[in-house]
Amino acid sequence: MERKIKVLIAKPGLDGHDVGARVVVRALAEAGFEVIYTGLHQTPESIAAAARDEDVDVIGLSVLSGAHLPLCRKLATLLPEYGLEGRLWVVGGNIPREDREALEQLGVRGVFPTGTKLDDIAAFIRENVP
Amino acid sequence: MTAQTAKRNATSVDPAAAGIKPVVNESGIEIKPVYTADDVVESGGVDSSRPGEHPFTRGIHDLMYRKRPWTMRQYTGFGNPADTNKRFHYLIANGQTGLNVAFDLPTQCGVDSDSPEALGEVGRVGMAVDTLRDFEIAFEGIDLDRITVSLTINGAAAILIAMYLAMAEKRGFDPSKLRGTAQNDILKEFIGRGTWIFPVEPSMRLVADTVEYCARHAPLYSPVSVCGYHIRESGANPAQEMGYAFLIARAYIDAVLARGLDVDEFAGRLSFNFNIFGNLFEQVAKFRAGRRLWAKIIHDEYGAKNPRSGWLRMIAGGGGSGLTIEQPENNIVRGAYYALIAALSGAQTMALCCYDEAYTIPSPKAQRISLRTMQLLIEEIGLCDTVDPLGGSYYVETLTNQMEEKIREAMDEVEREGGIVRAVADGRIQATVSRQAYEHQRKLESGAFRKVGVNCYEVEEEAPEVALHPYDEDDANAQIEALGRIRSERDNDRVAACLDRLRADAAAGTNVMPALLDAVKAYASVGEMTNVMVDVFGRYREPIRF
Repeated sequence: MERKIKVLIAKPGLDGHDVGARVVVRALAEAGFEVIYTGLHQTPESIAAAARDEDVDVIGLSVLSGAHLPLCRKLATLLPEYGLEGRLWVVGGNIPREDREALEQLGVRGVFPTGTKLDDIAAFIRENVP
Repeated sequence: MTAQTAKRNATSVDPAAAGIKPVVNESGIEIKPVYTADDVVESGGVDSSRPGEHPFTRGIHDLMYRKRPWTMRQYTGFGNPADTNKRFHYLIANGQTGLNVAFDLPTQCGVDSDSPEALGEVGRVGMAVDTLRDFEIAFEGIDLDRITVSLTINGAAAILIAMYLAMAEKRGFDPSKLRGTAQNDILKEFIGRGTWIFPVEPSMRLVADTVEYCARHAPLYSPVSVCGYHIRESGANPAQEMGYAFLIARAYIDAVLARGLDVDEFAGRLSFNFNIFGNLFEQVAKFRAGRRLWAKIIHDEYGAKNPRSGWLRMIAGGGGSGLTIEQPENNIVRGAYYALIAALSGAQTMALCCYDEAYTIPSPKAQRISLRTMQLLIEEIGLCDTVDPLGGSYYVETLTNQMEEKIREAMDEVEREGGIVRAVADGRIQATVSRQAYEHQRKLESGAFRKVGVNCYEVEEEAPEVALHPYDEDDANAQIEALGRIRSERDNDRVAACLDRLRADAAAGTNVMPALLDAVKAYASVGEMTNVMVDVFGRYREPIRF
């Protein structure tokens, strides 16, 4: 049997809004992925460590506080240190359109702003996992 | 059943036979196409109490808005305290009658602006507060007797309540006469919103410390605002929203009673915060039923003697989950209907989410539109003329009876399984509401739950014209520098002594409020006080449960 795609859903920073992250966790699990949810208040370091230790295929961040750019900048510097270069990295939440390019330049492959359909997230991951 | 009701029921409309779709509201009550007096009787009877009369179904005051309209209190705060102070003055100049302070995430989580954990967050979603100096600046020029202030703070509530009392005292206001509110509802933070710091047990103890302290020293201050609001935002239905809030309020009451206070010494100062989006009639019935049920709980179960102890005083507002990122202008209209719901429900205080809030911190103009929405209801639409104008409607009275039952059921279910504190500590409530949020999202995507502009009446849009609130890194840096200056200028021996006392009192189980007040007055920082308490209490570890 083919190994399930393993996804880490993480909540970086102090943002406590986890409705969306939890909804996505459930949707991806139902879509057949193996999903690990970190819970709230994670540092970029703890997220990188969890991604390495669990050897996940996908790192998904959920940010609604508006601090996605500083948090992603920090994580971008940590990914190579933790041997996670090339892992599929996606970000969802309250992400203004004008920040998409900056996120992509940091290495984020999929940006899923509020209103993205759950099945579209699952399909994107399936298509883009190396 | 009398012969007459049997006859009427026999002729009432059966949705299936009439070929119309059945309607079930979010709380699970099937809605009939037509209601009559018999439905009121059969659902539990006619409630003939008057407004201001136990059990307060129709309102906690006899004259309600005829005497004084609801307090208007938009949620506001960003950047540093000086930025926020300007916006406060703008809102007051536009007729706002209270303040509702938004704090940034570091403040809410007990982290100083210069801590690495505050990276990118200083002043972003609310005002940054590190020391008493920040409160002095934020409330400068505001008459705290005339404008009551609500602090949206939970994990760090004990510290910020102490800071508010110290600031008011310094300004010459008598704490025994000071009004105001702190949210300080930590149990709901574990369910949704997530600005917790300490484990459940010491968190409950801190709530009891604040309520006990205020009952003795600031008896007009409302130290807790129990929030169904965020539980609903996290996926609860309206009946669960109110039921879980009541269970949480009871948990706080029990913790304070254990301190030896009488229920009448503090129950009247508990307040509530509920959500207003969704079906108008369901929400109005929710509030009427909630008032009745809460009065019964306080008087029948807790034996309160003072009628005021059973008042369900509430801010009914927000509606964030009802608003959409699609066609944001529609949110202005939604906000107006939500305000109507709050007014028809007898709310003491109202705040509306602004139309641009799905995108950004509201612009001054968006905030003014929200204020004007409420003022229109007061000045032009006649919402203040008569108390409980929907009272007596067959539909609303029936639904009120049925909602009371549904709220009770939601409470009983949790009680049967060991009570709210355990259900929250185990993550079971979180699992329940997040599953419902998922089911709701699926219905939204399939179109089973209709949402205008989202799954019907959609338009291909250009980027909507919503100006984003700029995040000013210079402001954040200025806040960090200001904190550095205070750390170097204050009497650091005094700060250390205050923090030692806080540590000792926290460890000994002594009420920490006096120690916090001393520390705040010595300009100890929010992070310093929090860290001392973390040393003693530990940190909350979130149960991950689905």
